[in-house]
Amino acid sequence: MAITEQSKYTKADFESANDVRWCPGCGDYAILSAVQSVMPTLGIPKEKFVFVSGIGCSSRFPHYMNCYGFHTIHGRALTVATGVKSINPDLSVWVITGDGDGLSIGGNHFMHAIRRNQDMKILLFNNKIYGLTKGQYSPTSELGKKTKSTPFGSIDNPINPASIAIASGATFVARTVDKNVKHMMDILKRAAAHKGTAFIEIYQNCLVFNDDAFVDYTEKEIKDDHSIYLESGKPLVFGKTHDKAIKLNGFHPEIINLSNGNLKEALVHDEKTEDRALAYVLGQMGVENEGLPVVFGVLRDIAQPTYQERLLEQEKEAKEKKPKANLEQVLNAGDTWVVS
Amino acid sequence: MTLTEEKLKKIETLEEATIRFAGDSGDGMQLTGGQFTNATAIVGNDLSTLPDFPAEIRAPAGSLAGVSGFQIHFSSKDIHTPGDALDVLVAMNPAALKANLRDLKPGGMLIVNTNAFTETNLKKAGYDKNPLDDGLNQKYQVFSIEISRLTQLALEEMKLPGKIVDRSKNLFALGLMYWLYTRPMEKTIEWLKKKFGDKPEILEANLKVLKAGYHFGETTESFISHYEIKQAKIIPGKYRNITGNEATVLGMLAASQLTGLTIFLGSYPITPASDILHELSKYKHFGIRTFQAEDEIAAVGAAIGASFAGGLGVTTTSGPGVCLKSEFINLAVKTELPLIICDIQRGGPSTGLPTKTEQGDLLQAMFGRNSESPIPIVAAATPGDCFDTMLEAVRLSVKYMTPVFFMSDGYLANGSEPWKIPQIYELPKIEVKFRTEKNGFYPYLRDEKTLARSWVKPGEAGLEHVISGLETEQNTGKISYDPTNHDAMIKIRAERIARIANDIPDIKPIFGEIKGDLLILGWGSTLGSIDAATEKLLEKGYKVTNAHLRHLNPFPKNLESFLKNFKKVLIPEVNLGQLRMLIRAKYLIDAQGLNIVGGQPLKVNAIIELAEKLLK
Repeated sequence: MAITEQSKYTKADFESANDVRWCPGCGDYAILSAVQSVMPTLGIPKEKFVFVSGIGCSSRFPHYMNCYGFHTIHGRALTVATGVKSINPDLSVWVITGDGDGLSIGGNHFMHAIRRNQDMKILLFNNKIYGLTKGQYSPTSELGKKTKSTPFGSIDNPINPASIAIASGATFVARTVDKNVKHMMDILKRAAAHKGTAFIEIYQNCLVFNDDAFVDYTEKEIKDDHSIYLESGKPLVFGKTHDKAIKLNGFHPEIINLSNGNLKEALVHDEKTEDRALAYVLGQMGVENEGLPVVFGVLRDIAQPTYQERLLEQEKEAKEKKPKANLEQVLNAGDTWVVS
Repeated sequence: MTLTEEKLKKIETLEEATIRFAGDSGDGMQLTGGQFTNATAIVGNDLSTLPDFPAEIRAPAGSLAGVSGFQIHFSSKDIHTPGDALDVLVAMNPAALKANLRDLKPGGMLIVNTNAFTETNLKKAGYDKNPLDDGLNQKYQVFSIEISRLTQLALEEMKLPGKIVDRSKNLFALGLMYWLYTRPMEKTIEWLKKKFGDKPEILEANLKVLKAGYHFGETTESFISHYEIKQAKIIPGKYRNITGNEATVLGMLAASQLTGLTIFLGSYPITPASDILHELSKYKHFGIRTFQAEDEIAAVGAAIGASFAGGLGVTTTSGPGVCLKSEFINLAVKTELPLIICDIQRGGPSTGLPTKTEQGDLLQAMFGRNSESPIPIVAAATPGDCFDTMLEAVRLSVKYMTPVFFMSDGYLANGSEPWKIPQIYELPKIEVKFRTEKNGFYPYLRDEKTLARSWVKPGEAGLEHVISGLETEQNTGKISYDPTNHDAMIKIRAERIARIANDIPDIKPIFGEIKGDLLILGWGSTLGSIDAATEKLLEKGYKVTNAHLRHLNPFPKNLESFLKNFKKVLIPEVNLGQLRMLIRAKYLIDAQGLNIVGGQPLKVNAIIELAEKLLK
């Protein structure tokens, strides 16, 4: 990808003239602003960005970015992005999706784009609800959740986006939250630097249909006791006074109190480890196993050839093997005979 | 074998013949038929083939479900179909006999492998008693040959495992048919040498059996004479034998070369379209990019993404796949992007008859999407015509910025014919323009003549824009819910496709005059049967004409006036009258239909019979 001077653009260059139509106070505004702020810092020419989305509140995103965009159909953004990137691997492709779009109707594509290590960023706005269709439960809604379509409470077990991504072999998995814009920007930059599928789950508040879904991680008084911000090579310490840590008991993470100087027992994060087990344990914390804090930051970031690298490599080899191939030759191949 | 030996028996000259090899799906009937086809092409006969195989990969041996057949019609004259009825049926077992006997002409030759007519096999085929002892020879010329035993005898000295011996018995049948129709064996010998070059024992065994079959014809007393079919008068040129799916692939490859566009094929395995994916995947060195997606939807989605990025998106499938893709196809309608959707039709509804042919998807291609969503449709008429039709699909798609349906079917896909290889300079020019001019750019600004919007490659500075499935404002492409704008956009989309009628050839008679008592109108793979029927009807003195539609949407501009030059119109189709419905609705013409939906091509005689009735 051609790199230009970093100072060439400002945030305003990425703001489109279209009116933003999200509800006032929606978490999507913070994400849009963070993305628009990060774009100028990446050293990528503006015309090389392509934003692809499906259907849902989050999927309006490309209309608000002043760059190439494709607002497609429900659940299928990843498939379109696959075609875009496969024709022109020089583009920086960003997919915007939600918990319904990406994990319900688009669940199949989610798994397959990730396993192929498609060279693209996937930003999944998780608000644990269907917003655009006005308030039905989503695949990430918690068990018992009362919504318009579940007046007696949901009887579906929710799924954890990070777990699916890791199980599908994701080479980059991160989690952030709309209210922590600085962290979100750091994570976006990390994702931009990753080669291959970079998956970011963004906790996003829907104040109309599911307000305060993530209040544990955003409310000043309590958030530090419910969140761990990961740093590779550092122990998993958390709490308002950094007084707690996570230790592994077999495969099970548990909370330890650091007051008696047992920091060395704490689990140390390593985002580069090839084995998926650590990222899987981290991703589950507080989501699939309650009573534990939820981790934010980069869970996993490993190097692996991307789909596009393999595609171009195979094409190059094929061309080297048959440098003189031409259409005429192919049309005339096989058993032929002349009628005179 | 020397020439003198060959001439020991009398050679009779025939004009044409239709033969069918039938056996278990494990008996190698498709291979046998393919070899016979190649040898026939070399002789210079005109030919047409119809492979017919079960959907099951390997149904239980000897069962009716597992019968696989390969039919070839060859002639010293121009022919159009694989033939209605058989002159020769080679039946390798009782099930093959039972499944195919009804197609053998009275008095036709029936060659059976008597060794396979065991009690178990007879039972599997549902015969209470051996049909060979049941008066078959009163209706047909029956040649009961111990093909399995003669194969064993030919290989006795080699001491090969029984399985290998048994597997080569198809070559005995092939050798015998080569003798019967005086075909050269060289091509098959060459092919065997190539295939089994590293397995000398198997090669030797196969060659022995092939020759044994040939010599058997010569020496046995059962056959009094054998036949030759002289070279057909074919337009001079260089030829190869080609199936519809192969021609479709070559059409894509040629389109990519002519347009300079990178072809991106998004596909998901489905019979009978999969061979296109297999074949096109071999052309990586031409820069062709193929993608076996996780499902039909992802396949077309990726193709649309490819077109948005400035490649040419193509997706190949059959009817059930089109069902799944229809929402995405409409995204390409709304965003006005090029896209080729290849529907290789098969028997339906639902899973239907995966390996059999049908023309059941015309209305699906025409209307199978929500709202007003016009798409040009082109249909190939013969295996070789898939090449030209593909080029036409691409031309329309990139010129008018629209998805285009390319219709083929199971019969064209797997059937083959001699194909005159085109010269590169004969191929149509297909021009592609990408907009790079920044001034005054809006994504939905249109060309005055074609109404096509401009195609922009992401990566082009200053032309950044967003496209969407949401309704958009004329010209600017901004989201718009305005009623007047929506009405205008719906009409512009319709008008853009309707204008294609100005850019396609008029419909013309194939056989017959421009006026007459009866017009037989067809589309797709019925061409051969309709041509053959029309020729016969003309010979009988009827004022009959046939014409064929390549463009199903929009129709040629002169179609209405053309139709009205005939007292009656007959539309034979392998569906319940889908083209007929369109013609009747559009032109208020009382067209009649011939509609037989048996998973097989239409029979020539069925068309003749109905035509004669209408002409009375």
